[in-house]
Order: sequence, then C-alpha cells, then structure tokens
Amino acid sequence: MNRRLFLQSTAAAAATPLMALEQAAERLDVNFATGPWPFRDLPKLDGDSLKQRGITQAITGSLEALLTRDIAAVNARLATACTESGGVLLPAGALHPLLPAWREDLRRCRDEHAMKVIRLHPNYHGYTLAEPIFAELLDAITDAGLAVQIVVQMEDQRTQHPLVQAAPVDLKPLHDLLKVRPKARVMVLNANAAMITTALRGCDSLWLDGAMIEGVGGLENTLKAWPAEKLCFGTHAPFFYPESSLLKLVESELSGTLLTALTVDNARAFLG
Amino acid sequence: MRESDLLPRMQKLMNPKFRIWDLHCHLSGVPGLTPEERLGQLLRYADRVGIERLCVYMGMKWSQDPSPDDFRKQNDEVLRAIAKHPDRAFGFVTLNPKHVPESLAELERCVANGPMVGVKLWVAKRCDGPEIDPLIARAAELKAVIFQHTWFKTTANYPGESTPDDLVALAKRFPKVPIICGHTGGTWELGIRAIRDQKNLFADLAGSDPTAGITEMAVRELGAERVIYGSDCGGRSFASQLAKVHGAAITEAQKQQIFHGTLRSLMTPILQAKGIQA
Repeated sequence: MNRRLFLQSTAAAAATPLMALEQAAERLDVNFATGPWPFRDLPKLDGDSLKQRGITQAITGSLEALLTRDIAAVNARLATACTESGGVLLPAGALHPLLPAWREDLRRCRDEHAMKVIRLHPNYHGYTLAEPIFAELLDAITDAGLAVQIVVQMEDQRTQHPLVQAAPVDLKPLHDLLKVRPKARVMVLNANAAMITTALRGCDSLWLDGAMIEGVGGLENTLKAWPAEKLCFGTHAPFFYPESSLLKLVESELSGTLLTALTVDNARAFLG
Repeated sequence: MRESDLLPRMQKLMNPKFRIWDLHCHLSGVPGLTPEERLGQLLRYADRVGIERLCVYMGMKWSQDPSPDDFRKQNDEVLRAIAKHPDRAFGFVTLNPKHVPESLAELERCVANGPMVGVKLWVAKRCDGPEIDPLIARAAELKAVIFQHTWFKTTANYPGESTPDDLVALAKRFPKVPIICGHTGGTWELGIRAIRDQKNLFADLAGSDPTAGITEMAVRELGAERVIYGSDCGGRSFASQLAKVHGAAITEAQKQQIFHGTLRSLMTPILQAKGIQA
C-alpha cells in the first residue's frame, strides 16, 4: 500500500473518533497532580496547559503528599494552586491515617478548603486496605460527605528508584469493604487491566480511571467486563504525557454517548 | 474553551503529515484465533491512530527460552501474518543464541530466502557473551535490522535478560553494525546514559509507561536520529506509546524522525536489497 492509499483508507477510521470527541462540551480529568516529583523534573502543566489539550477540569492531588509529613501545609498549598487556576483544577486533599490528628486534616479539607475529594496513597503511607485504620478512614471520609480516590500505584515497580520502592496497593479487601458501605464514593486510580479482572472483579460500585489501562483497544476491552458508568478519563499527568489518555479515547472504538460518559458524566456522578 | 477547538487540536495531534512506522509489535495480547486475524486486529487499531506500517515479531504464544521447534513455529506464525498484509507489515525473525546452528538456519529461511527484514533477540541469553556473535555477523551480512530486548529492572532482570550495558559490550564488538536497544532499558534514564557513547546503538521507545520526559532526554542525549518509535502492542496500547512522541517538547521535524526517519534509514539497505517498495 502506498502512502496515498494508506491516507485514503485510514481517513474514515480516524475521522470517526475525532468527530465523536468534538461532540462533547467538556472533558474532566480525574487523575491530575501538582507539585514536585522527587526523582524527575516533571513538565510544568497547569490549568491553561490542560485547556490547550481540551481538558476543561481536573481533579488534582498533590505529589508532595506522598512523602511530606506536614499534610496540612500540603493541602493548603494545593487549595491555593487550585483557586488560582480559576476553577480548572479541583483539589483532592490528602490524608495520612498513620499521622497524629489526621481527622483535623479531614476537617480542614472539607471546612476550610471546600474540597470534595480525598486522594489516598496507602503504599507510600505504609498501611493496607485490610487494616482497621483504612475502614475507619473510609467511614470518616464518607461521613464527611466527601468522595475518595485510592492511588494503587504511581509508576511501574520495575522502574522505581531502588531506595524508594512501593508495591501496588492490594485491592482485594475493597470488595467486602464496599459491600457494607453503599454510601461510600470510591475511585481507584492507576489500576491496570490485570487488577480490574482479578482483585476488583465484582466491585461494581467502584469508579476507575484509564490512565494505566494498557493493551490495544484497552478502554474498549475494559468495557466488556466493567460497567460503562464506572470508567473515567484520567491522565496521570504530569507524571504521564496527557496525550496518552487522550489518544486512548481515539484508539478505542467508543460511541459518542460512551465518550461523554467516560469524559464527563461518570466523573460528575463520582463528585456527587 | 470552545469545544469546536478540540477537533483541530486532535487533528494536529494526529497530524497526517507524520509518517508513522511502528518498530515493535507482537501477535500476543490481541484477539484472534489465527496470526492473520490478530494482525488484522492490530491494523484496525493502527488505522485509528495513523500508523502506516508495523514491524511484527514473536508468535501467538511466547517462551522465554524457546527451543528450535518453538521459535520456528513462532516465525511461521509471523510469516503467515505478514503474507496476509504484505503492504502493511514487516516481519522480524525470532532467534535464540542458545541454539546457534538452528538460529542461523532460521535466519537463512526467513530473511535470506524469505520475506523478513529483521532479527529479534529476547531473554533466553544475555547478549554480552560471544555465543551470539555468529548471529549478529550473519544478520549484518544480510543487512537485517537487529533488535535486542533490554531492561534495567529495579526488581531484578530475568536470568537471561540483557541490560543496555550488556548490549554496549556486544555493540563494541560490531562497531559498524547498527543495533536497536529494545525498550531503551525500560528504566530509560539509565538506558539512555548507558548507550549514549556507543554510536551504533539506537533507542527503542516502546513498552514502558508513557512517563513524561523520556523522549526529550533521548533526543537531548542521543539525537533524534538515534531514537525510534515503537509500541510493544498488543500488550501495550498504540496510544500510550505514540504519546511519548506526540506529547514530547521537541520539534515537529524531530517527531517525524522518530516516527519514521530513523527506522527507515536502518531498513533502507535491506528493503532495497529485497526490492521492497515502502
């Protein structure tokens, strides 16, 4: 096939997803972050950079929260950064349940910073989802009327800095925890396809993002086994190139309705 | 932002002026009962993201240390797949340096006397030892593109899995033979540094997470003329790997070089020798 024939034959295939993307009025990224990464100088992405990529809002955590003990200051800086974004960045505050007085951090997230989401990093903070402290934390966040994001992994274990290795969070306990907590709004970020089909199997009340869902047609394949109203668009930027998740929307064959669900409606339902 | 701005943005992202050849594709991790069906599926997705040609290697079921019968079977599957789509796919022959005579025979069957244009070496045996030399020497005579998988894993490599350092040792013995450093070592900040001074080594961007900065560092340290786009599909999405180039803060000319120029320059000698138009 020569170049001209290739362009002609692929034009229709490429045009369909582009047209479907054009139909949506907004796009909400559920997996964005600010702050420095200890091991690499990440691109300086902000609300304007996201808007240039067609992302109109982003639930935003702080990378500082992984290793900083003064979580209250981290959350305050995050709130300021989000305010300065003019509403593009929606703050997801951090809680560390092994720190003294973590409930005060929760109170400040809700009452002082008007946050709607808490983002947890169990593998960097040193607890598992099977421990009582996690159930206590989940209940406290739910009682406060907030939603919770659990980041299962930040990066491939094979490429982590040898002195700071964090295995992915074991998600198996979530199934039983959520069964008895119907009011909890929980989203898992950065789950991969294997986790979705094993540890998360049957966790139908849970939301996921697609940042680490891999394989050709990955989103399309995930939706064969996962409810369409529970999968969200998430970039894991600036750690990942945001174009990765944007192009996944093009690579998979998704209807306009599905695209709207993935990029807007499902995230709105999670936010409550 | 008006949503009508999105279409031109995505069109720019998938700029059809880019010619894209994918260095690193497999028949595993994709649905289909036959090799032909699986390559057809890969092409269906490739069409959606603007990829023109796929380099395909390894069969429908892999083994880390394939016997001669096994790698012949895998190569047969690739031959079947590319025969169905000769205008869209190139085949690379899978060899095992633990079985040198059989691998040399397979090189003759698939490249010298067959349609394949490259060689794939995986994780059966580390590539720093001299056992592999006859395979490299014959592949070079045939002008075949040579691809060696590498990783620097924090969690420890497989026993036979090469690192970029191992590949540098091999490349020093064949300084005039271009060799591709598969995955750029995975932990790319190490891999790029490892191969930087060995000018006959080329960086394959495929098969690691789309961590921001990989392509910028590769271009800064190696130059775009030593960097090649690949996906490692079907285990990886085309999207996440294309994003490493589309999303990188480099020039449009450098992106085109990575998407097509570097690989084409490596393939031109064998394509010309075989009379393949591409």
